[in-house]
Amino acid sequence: MVAFAMRKVPNRETTEISHVLLCNVTQRVSFWFVVTDPSKNHTLPAAEVQSAIRMNRNRINNAFFLDDHTLEFLKIPSTLAPPTDPSVPVWIIVFGVIFCIVIVAIALLVLSGIRQRRRNNKRSPGLEDAEDKCENIITIENGVPCDPLDTKGGHVNDGFLAEDERLTPL
Amino acid sequence: MRLAIKRRASSGQRPGPTRERTPAMEKARPQWGNPLQFVFACISYAVGLGNVWRFPYLCQMYGGGSFLVPYIIMLIVEGMPLLYLELAVGQRMRQGSIGAWRTISPYLSGVGVASVVVSFFLSMYYNVINAWGFWYLFHSFQDPLPWSVCPLNGNRTGYDEECEKATSTQYFWYRKTLNISPSIQENGGVQWEPALCLTLAWLMVYLCILRGTETTGKVVYFTASMPYCVLIIYLIRGLTLHGATNGLKYMFTPKMEQLANPKAWINAATQIFFSLGLGFGSLIAFASYNEPSTNCQKHAITVSIINSSTSIFASIVTFSIYGFKATFNYENCLNRVILLLTNSFDLEDGFLTANNLEEVKDYLASTYPSKYNDVFPHIRNCSLESELNTAVQGTGLAFIVYTEAIKNMEVSQLWSVLYFFMLLMLGMGSMLGNTAAILTPLTDSKVISSYLPREAISGLVCLINCAIGMVFTMESGNYWFDIFNDYAATLSLLLIVLVETIAVCYVYGLKRFGSDLEAMTGRTLNWYWKSMWAFVSPLLIIGLFIFYLSDYIITGTLQYQAWDATQGQLVTKDYPPYALAVIGLLVASSTMCIPLVALGTFVRNHLKMGGSAPVA
Repeated sequence: MVAFAMRKVPNRETTEISHVLLCNVTQRVSFWFVVTDPSKNHTLPAAEVQSAIRMNRNRINNAFFLDDHTLEFLKIPSTLAPPTDPSVPVWIIVFGVIFCIVIVAIALLVLSGIRQRRRNNKRSPGLEDAEDKCENIITIENGVPCDPLDTKGGHVNDGFLAEDERLTPL
Repeated sequence: MRLAIKRRASSGQRPGPTRERTPAMEKARPQWGNPLQFVFACISYAVGLGNVWRFPYLCQMYGGGSFLVPYIIMLIVEGMPLLYLELAVGQRMRQGSIGAWRTISPYLSGVGVASVVVSFFLSMYYNVINAWGFWYLFHSFQDPLPWSVCPLNGNRTGYDEECEKATSTQYFWYRKTLNISPSIQENGGVQWEPALCLTLAWLMVYLCILRGTETTGKVVYFTASMPYCVLIIYLIRGLTLHGATNGLKYMFTPKMEQLANPKAWINAATQIFFSLGLGFGSLIAFASYNEPSTNCQKHAITVSIINSSTSIFASIVTFSIYGFKATFNYENCLNRVILLLTNSFDLEDGFLTANNLEEVKDYLASTYPSKYNDVFPHIRNCSLESELNTAVQGTGLAFIVYTEAIKNMEVSQLWSVLYFFMLLMLGMGSMLGNTAAILTPLTDSKVISSYLPREAISGLVCLINCAIGMVFTMESGNYWFDIFNDYAATLSLLLIVLVETIAVCYVYGLKRFGSDLEAMTGRTLNWYWKSMWAFVSPLLIIGLFIFYLSDYIITGTLQYQAWDATQGQLVTKDYPPYALAVIGLLVASSTMCIPLVALGTFVRNHLKMGGSAPVA
């Protein structure tokens, strides 16, 4: 795998498996490795190897069915995947929906209130005089509503003679 | 022959039954559709965010299960009598707070004005919490939740530095939501995202109060009952979470020695006082729309008991969530230590478990002492106790701790949406009460309501509050929010309620008030209420007042918690002089109303008497 990664680097296409040397292999599958130049004269600088591994990290991981957490290359920081960013943030969509609903509801309530008030005004134009509004007022004396006593026009007192009774004849 | 008899009650030269007539309002005072709407309105107002995020904190700090003892005692001795007093005053006077206190004594209408001023301050900053609730609610529709992962840094090799030092939920709160500045002096500009959410929150409030009790009465059915549905769902989910019993056990184990701590009693009294929302004028406003014969004694007892039970219920939910979060973090910590040891000593996978960790650590320390010493500084001591000990209150609990617990649940989007929906219901319910406290005196006043219809007055109030509330959406907005939260309502309310109690008992006369209530509702006033109103509650409030004053004086300079982005934690800083001036202004502007208006009334009466020379 390491040789494959190195082959992807320009100028290093001829790297073979035999150019990768292992050492310090432990039971828990960890080891040190160096990559040597094809002419077997010197080892390649670490930075070059690191950048090569970084570029092919995904393939190396997939070959072993591992991921960045379970297959660690010391001193090679992994490139993290950024979280997906939708073109329009989701929250603005939800905000827009609720905002429109609230505005429509307010407009409906305000308009219906204005219409109701206009209807009331049209029906009773003459009620500007405060004194004649008694029929709609609840007067309370000692906690007992004085409603029956306050009806407009008063209460007919049956103690008096009815209207259409003949006047006493002369 | 018809004889028309028109009877009219005497119009108020003396405080007494008043005629409900204004030139503009051609109808009688609006009323609740049925008494249940009134009860729901009071519950919706009293049960607010404080029940969810303040009571669990107090419970944890002051002895767990044993905190319930001072809490219930204060409820019976202070909460119920004062609540009954406010409801009775409102129902009797059938006016908003200014009119009601003016009826009791013209010199005391300053109490009503002070209530309106405090309600105004409260509504200014309280709706910002609803704005934040909306922000989190809208962000809950993403997968994964935005506060569960840290954003990446510039070259995508790691996570953002601030996020690494703090946690992802703290980062989301302090950086993405608030975009907080390092100190209160650095203002920054208005952030457009919270500003949008604040506008929406005020539009929602306007929608609910637009038509007065007609719409408010229907809305409170919803805002009062929905939070309970969500709390029950959360209770079931919370109790079935892994590790919930740890939190519950930790919270409810009573620490009896806390009963001797006077702070526990003082905090219990304070919590009852502020949780019921006394002194704002909202309860007076709600009760003024009642029918005179309503049994407000029964309602007062019902509302206060429901309020306190909701606090206890919410703290059960909170502590099972705490327990889950603490256990989750503890197990994560253990797993990290296991991983570290496994890697350093090349142990077999699965050899180290939570159970044998300690023994293996000792074995390794003895067998490979040098290597162990190298690794040792990185091994953190994981302790469940210390995870549970992180007691948080306020916005920190709601927006940081809870979100951290939610992100670890399955289907976290659903739980998040439910939770923030509940917070919004609680906040909106309280806002309705607050705006009622401001609007009722305004619509009662003949001057204002003759020029503007009710909808316009409500709209103006909402607009002014929204405009001023934009201050809290600036980068330093959260610091100003804390100032308002801590100082706008605390001292002033104590004074207002104290003057209220004294006014009703001694200025208006307890006997007279009792006979008024009896005539109105048909029930005699119990000796218990009389003794509480006349002696116990005023003494309690004076005690609380003295405690608060001495606390402020002893602490000297006031300090606040500022978020340090470089360290990823909160640091304590001193308030600059102009912030202290604002605090002083907040407290003074409401408390000074009472003596100033009394003085003004006295001067006006004096001038009137002096102007009209007595006729011989």
